[in-house]
Amino acid sequence: MSAKSVTTATFQADVLDNPKPVMVDFWAEWCGPCRMVSPILDEIAAEYSDKIDIVKVNVDEEPELAMKYGVTGIPMMAVFQGGSIAKQMVGARPKVAIVEDLASFLA
Amino acid sequence: MHDVIIIGSGPAGYTAAIYAARAGLKPLMIASSVEPGGELMKTTDVENYPGFPDGLLGPDLMAKFQEQAERFGTEVMLQDVVEVDLKANPKIVKCGNGDVFEAKAIILATGAAYRELGLPNEKALSGHGVSWCATCDGFFFREKTIAVVGGGDSAMEEALFLTRFASKVYVIHRRDTLKASKIMQDRAKDNPKIEFIWNKGVEELLGDPKLTGVKLKDTVTGEISQMDLDGLFIAIGNDPRVWLVENQLELTEEKFIKVDGRSSKTTIEGVFACGDVIDPTYRQAITAAGSGCVAALDAEHYISTH
Repeated sequence: MSAKSVTTATFQADVLDNPKPVMVDFWAEWCGPCRMVSPILDEIAAEYSDKIDIVKVNVDEEPELAMKYGVTGIPMMAVFQGGSIAKQMVGARPKVAIVEDLASFLA
Repeated sequence: MHDVIIIGSGPAGYTAAIYAARAGLKPLMIASSVEPGGELMKTTDVENYPGFPDGLLGPDLMAKFQEQAERFGTEVMLQDVVEVDLKANPKIVKCGNGDVFEAKAIILATGAAYRELGLPNEKALSGHGVSWCATCDGFFFREKTIAVVGGGDSAMEEALFLTRFASKVYVIHRRDTLKASKIMQDRAKDNPKIEFIWNKGVEELLGDPKLTGVKLKDTVTGEISQMDLDGLFIAIGNDPRVWLVENQLELTEEKFIKVDGRSSKTTIEGVFACGDVIDPTYRQAITAAGSGCVAALDAEHYISTH
């Protein structure tokens, strides 16, 4: 299962009202590190699909969302829980490091 | 068991791979899962790499390095080394996904990582106004006021690139002269959007949850001043990436891997180092490439005599 794209229109339902924690990956086509981290997030999404949802926001197509959450660097991965940001990470990092950072959500 | 494992995938690592592969050593390169290609992946135009008179993009140059290394039989793995045992025989390399490899010789080409200012809220503001990569994050600063900290070539390159987006780019530097090459200095000084702030160090990052400005301290008079900014790009240099090996190999006083004279030989037999991780001085793509060649030739000699 690969991470699905969310838009301003679907953000409320897919992220803010989601009973599960949701990791939002803010990314763009032109961002090299985003392209490196993207398949890693797809793997994590597949392995932990019962614990966490992982979705993507394209900052070129959804600049309002990027601005609303103060994103000035990508890839930015923000974990939403109960409608607000519980944790965030910036920059492409290895899978083990991301999973380690997500530990409290995957338990 | 492998003849040689190369850790790192910048110009040094790939050049070592090309030479080792052409020597028939079938090198295994462990290139990193998220940063393969190294520092040049974050740059735009590379104009000083010989053989490309029109210049080319950093990522395109690295794609060519990889193609050339693979053409002669290098195996490139997108994994991260998490542990090495350099004294063991054969030498052992463990990866983040659990893979374990053995090799007769190891070539370390792990490069250098960007340096942080070391301010308390630097991490929290990273991605919220504080950045180390203009090509990654410049896009978010359209028509904004930003600053670059640093005085070297990479600071000038970042500042010049950022003028594509920002309305104003300050360059904050601790001294009143730049370390950057003449051509980069001239370009930055000629750019109407760039203004230099001399003799100032960044004392404090202001803003929560987003950067709103910085507090500066004059390095001569000690005077404190404040500056409103939407973004701050940090380009104050790099530190050699030695955490993997620092307890096994001797380092120099400046924490680079120590090598014997002009060779790539470290303090453990069969372990060679090249590129930015051994070079406190030149740190260019072409010098790293030359250094990678030295390491491959040293490794080849070692393997043929052991």
